[in-house]
Amino acid sequence: MSREVVIIGAGMHPWGKWGHNFVEYGVAAAREALADAGISWREVSFVSGGATVRCGYPGYVAGATFAQALGWQGTEVNTSYAACASGSQALAAARNKIMAGDCEVALVVGADTTPKGFLAPAGGYRPEDPDWVRFYLGITNPTYFALYARRRMDLYGDTLDDFAAVKVKNSLVGSKNPRARYRKCFTAEDVAASAMVADPLRLMDICATSDGGAALIVCSLDYARRIGKGDAPRIAAISTVTPSFASAVVEMPDIATDSAAAAGIEAQSFRASLPVKAYEEAGIGPEDVDLAEVYDLSTALELDWIEDLQLTPRGEAAQWLRRGDTALGGRIPVNVSGGLACFGEAVPAQALAQVCELTWQLRGQSGDRQVEGARVGITANQGLFGHGSSVIIKR
Amino acid sequence: MSNKPLAPAIEGWFTMDEQPQLIGSQCCHCETYFFPAQNRYCRNPDCDSTEFREALLSRTGRLWSYTNACYKPPAPFVAAEPFVPYTIAAVELEHEQMTILGQVITGVDVSDLKVGMDMELVLETLHETEEDIKVTWKWRPMAAAITGGNAQ
Ligand SMILES: [Zn+2]
Repeated sequence: MSREVVIIGAGMHPWGKWGHNFVEYGVAAAREALADAGISWREVSFVSGGATVRCGYPGYVAGATFAQALGWQGTEVNTSYAACASGSQALAAARNKIMAGDCEVALVVGADTTPKGFLAPAGGYRPEDPDWVRFYLGITNPTYFALYARRRMDLYGDTLDDFAAVKVKNSLVGSKNPRARYRKCFTAEDVAASAMVADPLRLMDICATSDGGAALIVCSLDYARRIGKGDAPRIAAISTVTPSFASAVVEMPDIATDSAAAAGIEAQSFRASLPVKAYEEAGIGPEDVDLAEVYDLSTALELDWIEDLQLTPRGEAAQWLRRGDTALGGRIPVNVSGGLACFGEAVPAQALAQVCELTWQLRGQSGDRQVEGARVGITANQGLFGHGSSVIIKR
Repeated sequence: MSNKPLAPAIEGWFTMDEQPQLIGSQCCHCETYFFPAQNRYCRNPDCDSTEFREALLSRTGRLWSYTNACYKPPAPFVAAEPFVPYTIAAVELEHEQMTILGQVITGVDVSDLKVGMDMELVLETLHETEEDIKVTWKWRPMAAAITGGNAQ
């Protein structure tokens, strides 16, 4: 690696359903990150934005939109869109620019305002669009998460109580996070009393969509040393690898998987491929990880991710959960931010919010949510069609 | 019962036979199957073929996983009033080595299903229009004990 890239500032606008313009959240997050870094906006020479496709044209050119809102000062700009992985791709663009020696300090920012109600596809008769097809046939987002959850039950013996326990665990720690949207401590009874949406998942097993904004200030190690922050958390890896053909797990919004019928082709799942590249790039293994922020679009999906990150053997995540090993204070705490269960998903901001959490944890600034002695953290999230990202931060 | 004619909900995606089959495509070079049919480029990373033939997919497979829809999906789904929850299955086709989603026939509940069960493709009503009854493929458990109902 030619130059190391470190995180000297992190900021977030609290998640919620505020109904304001997304730019406002992004600016608030950026200003908090700048203040956290102790530098002025004029020090930044590259703005990398995570795009939002729900907020009109300004969202498509998010990098420039945020640069304008903070005050044009001649930075270069970039905008990345990769659904939930947008933030990681925006971070990768900034990191590459710094590693190439083309920039010293970059702002990475993502923010979103979510519309009310269901996100439905455009109407008409459009069988060439997989999103139209699956809605027409009655297959919604929770369908996919429920299929994965049910498979865990039939294959590994996971139970509804296990899924509820993920929610209880995350809401307990999320209740202590002032940036989280949902800060109530839910009980297993609360989860059991919520309506069944897609068997075996209930309303409280599935994450909501939220408004929110997250930002990072990243810079070269040289720059960080010059301002006395040479020990800031380093970005050890960013993985955005695709799965390998043939992907064997049906992914939103597809109606079918790839076929593995051709000679020499093996069926595989996508979530497992992301961390492999991340570990390799960081030069560490799952045994070195102190905490993980994973994409709990559903409670059961947190358990899948734990296994995909190789933090537990395949099929054993629920056993670890039952023993408290994935809770704060356990062997490998997962989602000590409260996760999507407590935040709800703000698409272009979410991957960055995961990295914000790791940054504060690795600095030891997380108060009563602090993972003691955290030195290495990993994130994982997923976009559409089975691509996603995984980021490793090291102290 | 309506005496309107039956019509496929999505034109050209399945045969309208007594023993219906999904209409996919197969790469003429590497033999990879595609559903929905893919006729322009092969997605096998080791194949750059642009030649495909029509392929009728296996009618039976094994249950990969299953769930249901307890709430009415948004349009373009056309829901009956009142909305009746339905079951959904992902079924693995052994020969094609791929998994395909679809509703399960009316009358079969998630409690009737188990990963690994043998499933069969049938046609059933998706919704009615002014002119016709739109039918789609659905999965039916092959075990004799589970009959479901209302299958076309
Ligand atoms: Zn081919």
